Amino acid sequence: MGIISRGFSGRRAASDVKLPPGQYLTKDFPVLSAGPTPRVPLETWEFTIADGKNVVQRWDWNAFRALPSETPTVDIHCVTRWSKLATTWEGVSLDTLFANVKTDASYVTVESYGDYTTNLPLKDLMGGQAWVAFRFDGKDLAPEHGGPARLLVPHLYFWKSAKWVHGVTLMRDDKPGFWESLGYNNYGDPWKEQRYWE
Amino acid sequence: MTWRVGTIVSVHDETRTARSITLDVPDWPGHLAGQHVDVRLTAPDGYSAARSYSIASAPSDIKRFEITVERLADGEVSPYLTQEVAVGDPLEVRGPIGGWFVWHPEQTEPIQLIAGGSGLVPLMAMMRARAAVHSMMPFRLLYSVREPDAILYADDLRALAAANDGTAITYAYTRVAPKDWARPPARVDAALIAQATWPASQSPTCYVCGPTPFVESIATLLTAAGNAPDRIRTERFGATGDVR
Repeated sequence: MGIISRGFSGRRAASDVKLPPGQYLTKDFPVLSAGPTPRVPLETWEFTIADGKNVVQRWDWNAFRALPSETPTVDIHCVTRWSKLATTWEGVSLDTLFANVKTDASYVTVESYGDYTTNLPLKDLMGGQAWVAFRFDGKDLAPEHGGPARLLVPHLYFWKSAKWVHGVTLMRDDKPGFWESLGYNNYGDPWKEQRYWE
Repeated sequence: MTWRVGTIVSVHDETRTARSITLDVPDWPGHLAGQHVDVRLTAPDGYSAARSYSIASAPSDIKRFEITVERLADGEVSPYLTQEVAVGDPLEVRGPIGGWFVWHPEQTEPIQLIAGGSGLVPLMAMMRARAAVHSMMPFRLLYSVREPDAILYADDLRALAAANDGTAITYAYTRVAPKDWARPPARVDAALIAQATWPASQSPTCYVCGPTPFVESIATLLTAAGNAPDRIRTERFGATGDVR
């Protein structure tokens, strides 16, 4: 426990709400990104899976939207300390996207329009844990929130849920992405409060 | 990254709702201009709440820095920091944090700073850092602010402008402008961007900080004016984000 702040009582969340340590609840949907919001026309949008330098899967928007989608309801936790509960999305599961991909790689680099990258263990994208989401709260995903499509990996801090996603590259070796190279934790488990480099 | 216990060595009200707090932190590792810190408050029963605040002071060798906190009506931490704390109080901090929205004295390109409201704080750290190292790199600040009374660091900004050594400041009032001000109160638009910011041909690095809709609007105007997206660095805070 920290030192007591004289005269501070704070505002606790309702006791039936369980948040990761150090998080507070918001009903807004704050925006965090490193630069301008890219505008990605659907006509040129694509999503690829590459194994090293070889593109092994490629979808344009129509082909991507023809894939079966799911509508997960999940809690999201941003490293800037806000959490938002029971958010509803529509997206294509990474299990679906990887259905025909065989690999011995253990890591991925996720790539976005606007050159943002983030890194994850491949197993964190599999098993119903991750989606490429294109709708939020029943509406097409707004550009400032990552539209046309963003990664959704709600069990990790939200910077791992890369906005404006356009592909993943399978990696034998882990390689830190954008925020991971700038002082943020390589894995980012909110329940272990893995915010920063230790 | 560990929590450190600092001691408040001064408090200074910048406006009716914003207060600067200077902390002495004995084992502070130092910071870069533009970085922020986490501040943690703890109640007697162990409940704690933490928020991030930008550092307003220039990097320095002394184990001391200043943050500026804008009070949010529905905030949990900012009302305490802007109304309750006093000189001599301990305060827990962790940081510095952030390696992207920073200015390094080694940078050799013109710098464009654009602030919305309390988004000025990390940009002020950059201007103070520039002054501290006597950098010759030209800076421009475009500061969008509700009204004259809401200006942060008013005296420091006047002094920076008066020094006339390469920091040019343009104010854009959104609600109330001073008497005889040429531009009626309005948001920053393409005309003001063209008039008050570096031409894209000078390849400035642009730092934009403010509320999300402000940053979205400015980043769009800057790219429309020909600035490359990778030269525009942004930092945003949400309506209830309680950042800064």
